[in-house]
Amino acid sequence: MLCLGQPPVQYPAPDCSETLPRMKPFRIGAGAGYAGDRIDPAQALAERGNLDALVFECLAERTIALAQLRRAKEPGHGYDPLLQARMRAVLPACVRQGVRVISNMGAANPEAAGQAVLAVARELGLPRLRVAVVTGDDVLGWVRAHDVALMECPSATRASELGERLISANAYLGAEALLPALATGAEVVITGRVADPALFLAPLMHAFGWRADDWPQLGQGVLVGHLLECAAQVSGGYLADPGHLDVPDLHDVGFPLAEVQADGSAVITKLEGTGGRVDRLSCTAQLLYEIEDPARYLQPDVVADFSGVQLQELGANRVRAWGAGGQPRPAQLKATLGYRDGWIGEGQISYAGPGARERGALALEVLAHRMRLLGLGGAEQRAELIGVDALHGPGLGADRTPYEVRARLAVRCTSREQAERVGQEVEALYVNGPAAGGGVTQSVREVVAVASALVPRQAVQPRVQVLELVA
Amino acid sequence: MIMKLQDIAIARSGDKGDRATLSVIARDPADYPLLERLLTAERVKAHYDGVVRGEVVRYTLPHLGAVHFVMHAALGGGVTRSLALDAHGKALSSAILDLDLIVDQELGPEPRTPQAQQAASKPASPPGATGKPVTPLGSSA
Repeated sequence: MLCLGQPPVQYPAPDCSETLPRMKPFRIGAGAGYAGDRIDPAQALAERGNLDALVFECLAERTIALAQLRRAKEPGHGYDPLLQARMRAVLPACVRQGVRVISNMGAANPEAAGQAVLAVARELGLPRLRVAVVTGDDVLGWVRAHDVALMECPSATRASELGERLISANAYLGAEALLPALATGAEVVITGRVADPALFLAPLMHAFGWRADDWPQLGQGVLVGHLLECAAQVSGGYLADPGHLDVPDLHDVGFPLAEVQADGSAVITKLEGTGGRVDRLSCTAQLLYEIEDPARYLQPDVVADFSGVQLQELGANRVRAWGAGGQPRPAQLKATLGYRDGWIGEGQISYAGPGARERGALALEVLAHRMRLLGLGGAEQRAELIGVDALHGPGLGADRTPYEVRARLAVRCTSREQAERVGQEVEALYVNGPAAGGGVTQSVREVVAVASALVPRQAVQPRVQVLELVA
Repeated sequence: MIMKLQDIAIARSGDKGDRATLSVIARDPADYPLLERLLTAERVKAHYDGVVRGEVVRYTLPHLGAVHFVMHAALGGGVTRSLALDAHGKALSSAILDLDLIVDQELGPEPRTPQAQQAASKPASPPGATGKPVTPLGSSA
């Protein structure tokens, strides 16, 4: 029987001093590096990884805002669209082997996600399952009520200036918020916004009884989390450069796992027989990926220090990582705000053969005139030739002449109708533009942008609710 | 003799709002001193002229064989609202690998292949290139 919609159960934070320290390594795997990631490598990890925990990190910066828009249209939705597919792939093995599943796939609706997981369990015929749902990251009300100051927002300095354009505000919860969920013993933990490495740090704290103020220890746990959070990016994905750096069987790159010791040192590795490579280069590239000051990696639970991290190749596809430090956690939490930011209209058209580049350039000239006629001459726009200067502008490599180019025009617009005109003008080059343009595509998209803000810790009140499937 | 940075290093870029991160990692740790000497914040900023509008901050990690950069105002106003084809700046890393290494000047008097260089003595670190912290940076610093 499905027991849904029960009143939330509040669990006290576990007293870690009473937890017996675990001595054998904790095996933790990464089941996704982003929302759309492959599923079969996660299933392989679940089945053959001999894991203690499998973590799916699936929330990019604006994913929650987009999910919030979906939830507004359909109240039962707003969680990761691949949640069910992932659970179908890994739950049988995870339940059979006692592998805990932890994920932020709850996105804008963790409760509905938890219920969806139970529904999958029932569909799979699993005898029982408990799903702990962690909420409390939603700080939209707080942000509005306190009119927080915005960071990294070109169009507003305070939340109130965004008005109705503001869609979502979610604070980055830390491992601290996940520990009560792990303490329930639930096989699956579903959250919304949580700092990515904290999804890994929490089960390590839970397993080893690390104290919440043991900063160097937490820093080491964050290191493990950061190395794993982008999945294959540490195990040979995003690395191959033919002729310079070969990666075996890239089509079957294995997702990583870490064998973590009680002191937090860890061996990063992957399943035997999978593609990819785990070595000093793959691990260093991921270690520094999207880190700013390596000595101050700000997390909700700790300011981690990666500046002294050591990586040692132990053998084929095995790298030991240790040496991270930590300083006391920041006073405030970072929150990400999603807001509507107008529209982008875009069109593309290709030219090939002799004079391709010149015809592409002429196409862009024609379009510039047309944009002026449409009153879009002053709009922020990018007009460029893919194959020449679209990625890095006119300075880098733009002096090389390719066989084919693709003219691209993207314009920031204030309405959908305006944005539609951009692609239509590119399409009109078929009949009205330079010779032999082909393959027009056009797109219109509403921009959901993000800004950041700092909120005090009391703005979040994490809560755990356990949903249970009972045979 | 001219080599490319691609011959001795790998690179990866990522995004943080309107900032791009860029790490350059020596394939052979013995080549790290060359990266540290060659890839100053100023040279990286000049290489990305027109792409990176803000300052470039460098961090050195000698024990990892890596230099790491944070490039400000590099992503068209921010990933989520950018008009760029590569809004995340994922492909930015490839551009730095195109940097020419003029072997006579950069690697020392003897033209050397990367393999030969492994066996050769390491170039001395310049003064001030001591380790982790932040080196000065960008034209404004």
